[in-house]
Amino acid sequence: MFDFLEGYDLLGAFWMTVKLTVLSGIGSLVLGTVLAGMRVSPVPLMRGFGTVYVNVVRNIPLTVIIVFSSVGLADVFGMTLGAADDFDALAFRLAILGLSAYTAAFVCEAVRSGINTVPVGQAEAARAIGLSFTQVLMTIVLPQAFRSVIAPLTNVLIALTKNTTVAAAIGVAEAALLMKEMIENEAQLFLITAVFAFGFVVLTLPTGLILGWVGKRMAVKR
Amino acid sequence: MTSVLYDAPGPRAKRRNIIYTVAFLVLLVLGIWWAMGEMSDKGQLEWSLWKPFTEAEAWTTYLLPGLGNTMKAAALAMIIALPLGAIFGIARLSDHRWIRVPAGTVVEFFRAIPVLILMFFANELYAGFDGISSDVRPLYAVVTGLVLYNASVLAEVVRAGILSLPKGQSEAAKAIGLRKGQTMTSVLLPQSVTAMLPALVSQLVVIVKDTALGGALLAYTELLSAQGTLAANYANTIPSFIVVALIFIIVNLILTTFASWLEGRLRRAKRGTGAVLAAPGGAEEPVAEPGLGKTDDGRGA
Repeated sequence: MFDFLEGYDLLGAFWMTVKLTVLSGIGSLVLGTVLAGMRVSPVPLMRGFGTVYVNVVRNIPLTVIIVFSSVGLADVFGMTLGAADDFDALAFRLAILGLSAYTAAFVCEAVRSGINTVPVGQAEAARAIGLSFTQVLMTIVLPQAFRSVIAPLTNVLIALTKNTTVAAAIGVAEAALLMKEMIENEAQLFLITAVFAFGFVVLTLPTGLILGWVGKRMAVKR
Repeated sequence: MTSVLYDAPGPRAKRRNIIYTVAFLVLLVLGIWWAMGEMSDKGQLEWSLWKPFTEAEAWTTYLLPGLGNTMKAAALAMIIALPLGAIFGIARLSDHRWIRVPAGTVVEFFRAIPVLILMFFANELYAGFDGISSDVRPLYAVVTGLVLYNASVLAEVVRAGILSLPKGQSEAAKAIGLRKGQTMTSVLLPQSVTAMLPALVSQLVVIVKDTALGGALLAYTELLSAQGTLAANYANTIPSFIVVALIFIIVNLILTTFASWLEGRLRRAKRGTGAVLAAPGGAEEPVAEPGLGKTDDGRGA
């Protein structure tokens, strides 16, 4: 019944999806946290930059960003990201760049909402004992914010897992591209769709369950 | 602006803030300088590449029809997904297990799958029907994919909207002897619609953004694919990308602003139950974890 799978690297394609998710997840977490720091900082220019970045990036379709990274950054500006001759590696790195830049806007908003859940008294007490802004943020607010932010960040991560399919637009050999190839060549449309749907359920469901559980355990009881 | 994180700046903090501002400004200017340098190196700042956007032809031949198709797909998807979502959202609240559980399974299933997978599936499915010509097939595929995904998202919005109403509403309906169906159609649903409006409008932003998938991968002639043909015609890749991105930003900013205006208006409204489903973070994909959309129940007038 499943002999149509022969000759296709199904696991390889989903492994690519996982790699895209993990690497852009890390990239967007770093960038998004920096942006969130900017958005709450005492320097108006940094706040403005963070606000503009978030509002610009999250209103552009991810597809536009990904296609731009390939057609614009790589083709016109000749950006190689250390993979000048290897077309596949270049597309992969460009996809990670685009996904990270896009997802960072949502990570920033999630972290900022987490910062807002930390009670005023915590920051006031920290300031009362003489900590500076950076110290307040790094040792008091962010550690508590991250614990309450696990649930919204999980949603961002699940959305990111699904968004990696957009990388198919620039030819990264991940799950959606393989599915497109398979349904064009094989007859079992419903079965193939079910296999890929199942693959994504397998990727996103445990993420939601495990991180949901972690989030509940870690959340600061107030 | 002061915040809980820092005091109103004193003289030393003011000096430090100025130093940070200047340092950040220098970085920013250097970044823009470098980007502009790259642009002019590759000749992307030439006026001849930007000139088409000041003339009517680029707009009437490429951009406006593209934008029209984007809006058409988004509007169709929203109009079809909304009643479907309402049905599934209400079904998930049913008292009968055999309705509640299958509805919940369907909703969770379609929320877990990327829209693109659904679009590919619909595209290939319609290719098997002779009645659907290849001209309209991309539109049908895009709308079908968007409907399947967004109906399940909207089902959660509807469910949260109904749950956000004060309990007294359904209790009062019961007390005057309405049946369950009557309670839903004449008491709960009409009130929850106003509570859901902001969330619905911001879901529209997500739909508008997702139509671009159809342009990149299904040959649907929306705004992004219009950029492709426009750039091929005028050889202005970067300017056309910037213009198309700006159009998307403007359209979506209008929608988000409208959503938060609606939200504020509903919150201030004297009449009604005061239940409002927040526009979730402006435009994030994972909209409705039940209870994640902030719900203020029972702040009644």
